[in-house]
Amino acid sequence: MSRILECQDVSKDYARGKLPVPVLKHVSFSVEEGEYIAIMGPSGSGKTTLMNLLGCLDVPTSGKYVLDGEEIGRLSEGRMADIRNQTLGFVFQNADLLPGLTALDNVALPLLYRGVRKKERRRMAAAVLEKVGLSDRMDFRSNQLSGGQCQRVAIARAIVGGPKLLLADEPTGALDSQSGRQVMELFRQLNEEGITIIMITHAPEIAAQAQKRFLIQDGVLQEEATTA
Amino acid sequence: MGENLRLAFQGIWSHKLRSLLTMLGIIIGIASIIAIVSTIKGTNEQIKQNLIGAGNNVVEVQLCVDDRALEPEYEAIPEGVPVITEDVRDRLEQLETVESATLYRQREYTYNTYYQNTSFNGAITGIDDHYLEVYGYQVPLGRPFTQRDYDEYHKVALVDQAAASSLFNGENPVGKVIEISGDPFTVVGLVELTSTSEPVITSYSDYYTYVSSSSGTVLIPATLWPEIYQYDEPQNAAVRATSTDDMTTAGKKAAELLNANLSDTVDPTYTYQSTDLEEAARSLQQMSATSNQQLIWIASISLLVGGIGVMNIMLVSVTERTREIGLKKALGAKRGRILWQFLTEAAVLTSIGGLLGVVTGLGLARVISSLTGTPTAVSLLSILVAVLFSVVIGVAFGLLPAVKAANLNPIDALRRE
Repeated sequence: MSRILECQDVSKDYARGKLPVPVLKHVSFSVEEGEYIAIMGPSGSGKTTLMNLLGCLDVPTSGKYVLDGEEIGRLSEGRMADIRNQTLGFVFQNADLLPGLTALDNVALPLLYRGVRKKERRRMAAAVLEKVGLSDRMDFRSNQLSGGQCQRVAIARAIVGGPKLLLADEPTGALDSQSGRQVMELFRQLNEEGITIIMITHAPEIAAQAQKRFLIQDGVLQEEATTA
Repeated sequence: MGENLRLAFQGIWSHKLRSLLTMLGIIIGIASIIAIVSTIKGTNEQIKQNLIGAGNNVVEVQLCVDDRALEPEYEAIPEGVPVITEDVRDRLEQLETVESATLYRQREYTYNTYYQNTSFNGAITGIDDHYLEVYGYQVPLGRPFTQRDYDEYHKVALVDQAAASSLFNGENPVGKVIEISGDPFTVVGLVELTSTSEPVITSYSDYYTYVSSSSGTVLIPATLWPEIYQYDEPQNAAVRATSTDDMTTAGKKAAELLNANLSDTVDPTYTYQSTDLEEAARSLQQMSATSNQQLIWIASISLLVGGIGVMNIMLVSVTERTREIGLKKALGAKRGRILWQFLTEAAVLTSIGGLLGVVTGLGLARVISSLTGTPTAVSLLSILVAVLFSVVIGVAFGLLPAVKAANLNPIDALRRE
């Protein structure tokens, strides 16, 4: 197994007024390829900030973050966009589908930014939609889909480009328990197929599915004793 | 690009009412410009048609004092201005761009011509044997002057349609005897322009331009002129140019030739000058254009306001779609792509507005034309410019919102619900 990401002493401050407010304090951890990680913590603990850093949407104030062999803090904005597009997959709490587009076009969107031709985009998108069990919903728009279906479309969108790392921020937070279970089952399958997953949640029963659990509190990250 | 266009149309279609209201400023601006330009063009064509009228390409060359035609009924004839001879007329006809030439004398308003108790207030013209041919007159009733009429000083006259109707009230003019300066003249024929274009008269100035070039006239042989007016009265010349485009050149050349013919003792304020109808048309057109140009400026202000409206709505749209922009950035969309998306949307919005404006403007021009009688002519160029210009407005006023969208920080954008 190779190391997909490594944080070394990563801190992040936000300027509120004139004083910098530390949000992440000296976070160090690493993730191996194929691992399934859960990060838990109460709201305001710095979960989302960590997620933004890991997701190359933001850069650390200090410390070193290496993703797939590249140190993120030193990259141009364009290169970071490429990494988000090719190495990462995002799943948000609200599926965040574009309302004007069909499920198929939503899934194909990241491929558009990569310059894949239309026909090929649609073929690839149809394949992953089938994988998440929505091959009969391809031409539906988000307002014609249930919450669970939307989230599965969002997962399909996250994996369509073959990412190495899937980042999920409370992916079941807005779902009823049955849809939530379906979505969690999907994550488990994807992990079995070799995709590394980092999931942020505050529900212990969701976190229980992960191989490693971290707890973040007041910007400090620590690993929970393994139960599995 | 294709994807951006599709998204732009989708965005516009999904906010139909808002898009329409946003476009309204552009529609009104473009529509008024198109309507004004069509009206200017129509008026110009009308002026030109009325002045150049019959399309007979005739340029008159008159003796002028400074820049004004000499009026022999009121003014003394200057020393040293010779009567133009037939020999000079032959030389005029040999000029390049001149097809044929005629010599004539004219009083624009007569007060001593009668038929019974009816007086005639049109022009009286003493003509040579080339006159009818040069001006393109036909003689549908009666006969033209013969060589004998000229040689033997027959008191004969020709009348044109306008003169005939004012003198004889619709009766056949041939054979009628009219009185000019106390002398009886027998009308031998009716003349008519070969290619009469119906004048389009919608205003007093149209009427004036038309009337001053073609009010009724009584024609008599030039040899009889001294019987009623003065003997040594200088003549005017008229030349028919080979084509409408050559009228200016032909007139200038003819004037030059006649000026060279003047004796050196003549006061230099007297010169022969060509009355260039095309130039006259141009100056009239200029006048109508300048007044309308101001209207175009006002319409442009409405375009500016329209553009600001587009900018405003695009800014609202960026704010509304902050989350969407954040998501797209998270999925790997680069700054340039977001920028193009919003620029395309603004440009599509304004070009649709521009197209609607063109259609509305053409309709408006028709309505104006049917209400006021002002003719309109569609200018393809102005349509093209209008549509292009509305795209430019979209890009110009869409730039600020698009840059704002492109520069959104993805984290801030995603935090927004």
